[in-house]
Amino acid sequence: MKLRTFFGGVHPAPAKERTKNSPIATAPLPSRVVIPLAQGGAPCKPLVQVGDEVLAGQKIGDSEAFVSAPVHASVSGRVAAIESVPCPTGKNAVAVIIDSDGQDKWMDTSGSSLADLTATDIKDLIREAGLVGMGGAMFPTHVKVSPPSGKSFEAVIINGAECEPYLTCDYRLMVEEPEEIIFGLRAWLKVTGAQTGYIGIEDNKPEAVASLTAAAAGEKNIRVIPVATKYPQGSEKQLIAAILGREVPSDGLPVDAGALVQNIGTTYALAQAIKLGKPLVERVVTVTGTPLKKSCNLKVRVGTLFSDLLSYCQVSSAVGQLISGGPLMGIAQSVPEVPVLKGTSGILVLTPEEAEVPPERACIRCGRCVDACPIRLVPTLLDQYCRLDMWEQAEKWHVADCIECGCCAYVCPSKRHLVAALRLGKAEVLARRRQRK
Amino acid sequence: MIAAVWGLGGLGLLFGLLLGIAARIFAVNKDSKAEEILELLPGANCGACGFPGCSGLAAAIVRGEASPAACTVCGSDAAETIAQILGIEVAAEDCQIARLICRGGDSQVGLQADYAGLNDCRSAKAFGFGGKACTFGCLGLGNCARACPFGAISMGSDSLPRIDRELCTGCGVCVAACPQSVLELVPKPNRVFVACSSTAPGRKVRQVCKVGCIACRICEKVCEPEAIKVENNIARIDYSKCNNCGRCAEKCPRGIIINELADQYSASAVG
Repeated sequence: MKLRTFFGGVHPAPAKERTKNSPIATAPLPSRVVIPLAQGGAPCKPLVQVGDEVLAGQKIGDSEAFVSAPVHASVSGRVAAIESVPCPTGKNAVAVIIDSDGQDKWMDTSGSSLADLTATDIKDLIREAGLVGMGGAMFPTHVKVSPPSGKSFEAVIINGAECEPYLTCDYRLMVEEPEEIIFGLRAWLKVTGAQTGYIGIEDNKPEAVASLTAAAAGEKNIRVIPVATKYPQGSEKQLIAAILGREVPSDGLPVDAGALVQNIGTTYALAQAIKLGKPLVERVVTVTGTPLKKSCNLKVRVGTLFSDLLSYCQVSSAVGQLISGGPLMGIAQSVPEVPVLKGTSGILVLTPEEAEVPPERACIRCGRCVDACPIRLVPTLLDQYCRLDMWEQAEKWHVADCIECGCCAYVCPSKRHLVAALRLGKAEVLARRRQRK
Repeated sequence: MIAAVWGLGGLGLLFGLLLGIAARIFAVNKDSKAEEILELLPGANCGACGFPGCSGLAAAIVRGEASPAACTVCGSDAAETIAQILGIEVAAEDCQIARLICRGGDSQVGLQADYAGLNDCRSAKAFGFGGKACTFGCLGLGNCARACPFGAISMGSDSLPRIDRELCTGCGVCVAACPQSVLELVPKPNRVFVACSSTAPGRKVRQVCKVGCIACRICEKVCEPEAIKVENNIARIDYSKCNNCGRCAEKCPRGIIINELADQYSASAVG
């Protein structure tokens, strides 16, 4: 049978063996957490002051802006500071720093049953739980499930592709918690009013396909669909193309194709929020890499510093690069003292040899990037426009549609920094669009 | 044949007369000063001054709506000449020059990581400030040098831009090109300035930079005309009050207030 897939893409080595079979373990409770106030949408205003005692699960930041998700304390303890700190996004942001009292006292929470909740109730619950897209983009979920007027969702797709090399956090959740994911999917269907739920999983994860198929038995409107193993299969638009055979228009949203795509982690967090009333304060993170003694999947409190997790996993040899996320979409870090965010799916440590960046050479116009681009852009041309500040041309050639997947840079024989250049152009073009409005 | 000569000659005379009258009636009053000024302007009609071409600017200068130094392309010598034509003086603050308000080169600011990405300050800024420990300072990848239309900026040995005082016209293109906002336009006669942009508390500045402003306020105390103020953890000079005495520069324990008139700095470090 020919598997469903999308145009373009690349086949990097999956490199998942290291953590694939390591069950999700709970990371030790951190002595200090750093919780940035901007995790999804507009930055929150702090609701606590320095010196305040907080409980785990307590809301510590909220905003009146619609496109913003509240943040919660992930441990109990005392607020030590509210200051600007380096974040894994590469920028500095204001964060609430909490010194844990080691007792892990929780707010009183109570779960509810899905049958008792209306769509609006679930939306409110999603917002209060601070749910954001946990694949990395951290877009507030309550906004994502509210379609613009006149549009509606026909299908919900759960993104179980996990195409990024090295990462196995979603895979472990699919294997270990299939019931929770099916429960979460039923909640997505209820909140959106969509008819069908799909779970798209790359065919190199047969155990996940089997466990979810078993859990979905008896659910008439839920289908588990194996898709071809190809990067970036887990990108929203590419998954819609593979499963529904529809294309999200340029500058459009998945809702224009009638689809809502949700990450496995977010779906699990929604199930927890409904069943236990728990806000999003912990997530599964894959900590992996050759220099580590223990590569594993850890359930980690949001705000735990990378450095704490690295010392737990024991760095045994020289580190060349530290990356938040996977090797293709992830962001290289300059310091290890950055916190795990709601969207941090992995911490990848590379050896100096693995991390070596070959010198950039001139473009030879081979066109491999054009063949690899899943959005059908022309990276070679955009690279030049973006480097020469030719923003109008870059906009005309749809630089704003770039999903920054890195396929172009991966296949480039001249090792050009294509993604960096296109990112620059994308930021500039989007800023200019906002200015024009 | 005579008739033809008379006829054509008569027509010629008539048209000549009409043209002469028309020239009187529709005469355009040309300002000789504007003409002279136009001669001095570059004539490229680039529009950077904000007026419709060089003639537009010349007229505006004559009307007193623009400064004689409004054209950043033709430089300060031309501005002087224009001012002489009009019998006025160029206001000191109208002649500007770009300055780097950071001295945190590679040897001064700690590097937390190697940056191997795109050779562009904006790109480096998006990836943890290119590994530089100070998040306020110059990232040193030379967007300003590439942007300068006058070739006035070159990258120095410490990965800091050097600004050539003679070539800089104060056009401000580098200021717009700098994502860190560590370039600013200052009046050309002002020769004392604070070469730091960090608003971090002194404790943090010490951790990351050997020469950053720690907001100790010594400069504030020694400044007689009260031109220098420490606000938001950084010393700032009010150039309208500063008299170039250079005392603050002598006393600054971090050596980041720079007096270009003093010998020890004229040759080094400062653009």
